[in-house]
Amino acid sequence: MNPHRKRAKTVDRVDSADSALVSSESTQMRPFPSKPLSVDRVKSVESSESGRMRPFKDKILFVDRVDSVESSESSRTSQFSDKISGFDRADSVEARVDSAGSTRMSRFPDEVLERVLALVDSHKDRSAVSLVCKEWYNAERWSRRHVFIGNCYSVSPEIVAARFPRIRSVTLKGKPRFSDFNLVPEDWGADVQPWLSVFSTAYPFLEELRLKRMAVTDESLEFLAKKFHGFKALSLLSCDGFSTDGLKAIATHCKNLTELDIQENGIDDLGGHWLSCFPDSLTSLEILNFASLNSEVSFDALEKLVSRCKSLRVLKVNRNISLDQLQKLLSHCPQLMELGTGTFMQELISGPVTEFKNMFSNCRNLITLSGLWDATPLYLPVIYPACARLTFLNLSYATLRSDELSNLLSHCKSLRRLWLLDTVGDKGLEAVGSCCPLLEELRVFPADPFDQEILLGVTESGFVSVSRGCPKLRYVLYFCRQMTNAAVATIAQNCPDFTHFRLCIMNPGQPDYLTKEPMDEAFGAIVKTCTKLQRLAISGLLTDRTFEYIGKYAKNLETLSVAFAGSSDLGMEYVLQGCQKLRKLEIRDCPFGNAALLSGLTKYESMRSLWMSACNVTMNACRVLAKERPRLNVEVMRDEEGGDDSQANKVYVYRTVAGPRKDAPPFVLTL
Amino acid sequence: MITNMEKQAKAYEIMTNNKDLNLKATELRLGLPGSESPEREVVVHGSAIKILVAGAKRGFSDAINGGYGVGLVKNGGQETDVLVTPKPALLEKKTQVSDKLNGQSSSPAPKQQVVGWPPIRSFRKNTMAVSHTKNKEEDDPKIGSGCLYVKVSMDGAPYLRKVDLEIYSCYLDLSSALEKMFSCFTIGQYGSQEVRTREGLSETRLMDLLHGSEYVLTYEDKDGDWMLVGDVPWDMFIASCKRLRIMKSSDAIGLAPRAMEKSRNRTEPNNE
Repeated sequence: MNPHRKRAKTVDRVDSADSALVSSESTQMRPFPSKPLSVDRVKSVESSESGRMRPFKDKILFVDRVDSVESSESSRTSQFSDKISGFDRADSVEARVDSAGSTRMSRFPDEVLERVLALVDSHKDRSAVSLVCKEWYNAERWSRRHVFIGNCYSVSPEIVAARFPRIRSVTLKGKPRFSDFNLVPEDWGADVQPWLSVFSTAYPFLEELRLKRMAVTDESLEFLAKKFHGFKALSLLSCDGFSTDGLKAIATHCKNLTELDIQENGIDDLGGHWLSCFPDSLTSLEILNFASLNSEVSFDALEKLVSRCKSLRVLKVNRNISLDQLQKLLSHCPQLMELGTGTFMQELISGPVTEFKNMFSNCRNLITLSGLWDATPLYLPVIYPACARLTFLNLSYATLRSDELSNLLSHCKSLRRLWLLDTVGDKGLEAVGSCCPLLEELRVFPADPFDQEILLGVTESGFVSVSRGCPKLRYVLYFCRQMTNAAVATIAQNCPDFTHFRLCIMNPGQPDYLTKEPMDEAFGAIVKTCTKLQRLAISGLLTDRTFEYIGKYAKNLETLSVAFAGSSDLGMEYVLQGCQKLRKLEIRDCPFGNAALLSGLTKYESMRSLWMSACNVTMNACRVLAKERPRLNVEVMRDEEGGDDSQANKVYVYRTVAGPRKDAPPFVLTL
Repeated sequence: MITNMEKQAKAYEIMTNNKDLNLKATELRLGLPGSESPEREVVVHGSAIKILVAGAKRGFSDAINGGYGVGLVKNGGQETDVLVTPKPALLEKKTQVSDKLNGQSSSPAPKQQVVGWPPIRSFRKNTMAVSHTKNKEEDDPKIGSGCLYVKVSMDGAPYLRKVDLEIYSCYLDLSSALEKMFSCFTIGQYGSQEVRTREGLSETRLMDLLHGSEYVLTYEDKDGDWMLVGDVPWDMFIASCKRLRIMKSSDAIGLAPRAMEKSRNRTEPNNE
């Protein structure tokens, strides 16, 4: 008979907790049957606030995302054993209660509850589950296998390990997003090693690690490879600090590797030898992506690897792999679902197409195609046999022209996601509109983003064409050099389901090129019509009116990116007041000052982070914010050149339960 | 807020004032294939332009006021600082090309007017820089594939255009296309006079058209020399033309007489 789990006596204390519940706002409450938290947690929070009862809402704010984990964990003991049923858990705070006379909230024994909750995947849902009552909180934390940490400084690895004892998979994000565009100095932080050190004891059976914008060293990769024996899946996106030597360690020591996904990192590419380090005994690989590595790998080693990994479903090679090499690879893995090709042209002219025309004929499962570097009209037809099944086609490294794209797309009826270069022009986009009625996502990247002189690329008319033919569009990223309010209004009418609208008019502060007016009405149209909008990036000449619209209408907005926009503090204030679901706000080069910053005083704890650079914020205002909100980290990055000490040029504010950073470099001041 | 017209007026003014810079930039120079010419025609959306000179190998790089701030580029050279608007200046900490990427990109770093704008990740920036170079290098009129984009600048215009020389078959096509393109800048009367196509002499017609008008069409050839358009047969022209410039006649004085002399002497068919 399994021992009962300890349970709190909750009847009396429910009432006192109730009063806190009743008096709070419900804006952040989840649609779960909201039961009050057990008293233990309420009490521990209470005592840390010198007796003052916190509004219930504040507690929720810290556990609705795992990236801010409730800090009142001190009542837990950390003793546990890793048995499947987990009934040896010691939870000394709770009193034992006989099941016959228990006042338990739920009707299920714990093991059933855990089994049920184990099926809940979404971390948002899990956070909601954990708030229902203590029992559910515990069941949830024991059954959680994957933890998502959106800001590595919002919580410490120790807190995570204490709360979630059985994690197998971690997703960790570090630097602010603008670090991708060189706005964050090197050595800012987000080092993964402290996490790995804690995980090596807390989660020795960790299987998956996905890092985004973290600082990773070769030593850390070696540590990972050697200390975690069952390690399976590594994904590095936009990270930096490591070299291909680190990859060697992973390839050599991870005997059960299923995934190695290296994307767009600041990596020191010392050569392609790492791939040859996979032992002959490794047959478990399912995902291999080294498309963004520049050095040549041994084709022989790659071919053998692909041949023996029968479960391989994602293969993305780099540009050095030639067409005939690709053909050989494909002959070994016809089961592929996602393929990233190497260079898509050959030097030799003799009978190329016939040689390769069967390359894709056996790939019946292929739904994603990318790479296609240097693709020319001569070789592109090689992929036609696979086009009908494709749902995602990434042509953003192929400098295609409109007719080439048009020919290709006529074969791609099933496309849901399409990434392009603007070399295809408006005419190419017309073809998109007519060939791809199921399209949900479109990204158009600029081939020549820094050449201000060119007037090539795509314009508003291409975007309108797509919107007419693709009413299911949800996600758009569009780089262009001219736009009009009328066009965007039309687009919004045609595609009311936008969830992600990212428009980049590449010249900062550019107005509607026909009417010469600001682009306010464009984004006004978007937020009024597209009620499901979650993510918005704005550009062009914009006054406060844009922000007024956003604050008033964009009620589901979670992420907002602003650059070179606005007329006064009001702009930012509108957004902070109006966008209830806002989580991430990143602003650069806008005339928002201290009043704007401080208007969000009560808002920032409900957000993941705020970034403001090159605005009009002073150090004093940042100090005020830091003082008023101890649960925020208010960080200012100093410019090396000095300049005006009272100006805060780069401000990064985020909620945290881990306190000020201990690893901040000298140029980061935590106020 | 400055109206667009005022901005354009300012742009013209600055263009004409910066003429010296233009001429310097058109001097003979050696550059890597595909490398950007140091000449920069600047688009103005703010109230001032600043051009920086840095001591770097490539000559100089510029920063542009995008209307809300000025980007300063430090390449180990001098920089001038500008603060036109109340916004603080942006300082670039890193070099433009990511240090971490290996030396695969032999092409020069893509120019950045403002730090981190447009928001393109480093990998794409560096990859496209290489692709772009490759495409330019591979443009060979003999194969006839691809396209032959050359920049066309016009004195006094706020921005350049690019034309694909591959799509034209003779000087007349080119000149009428350019006329259409730049007509908004009041290029002057090319006229719509009928031109007889005389064997070997049609090329001189272009020059005749321009002769007497405010502007002349010139091009920079593979050797870096600036020549008057129309002197050589069309095929030879597109094989050697690297960029075009619509110059004020008054500025073309150094070029024109020799070329016009040449053309006057061409009363008989070319014997190239």
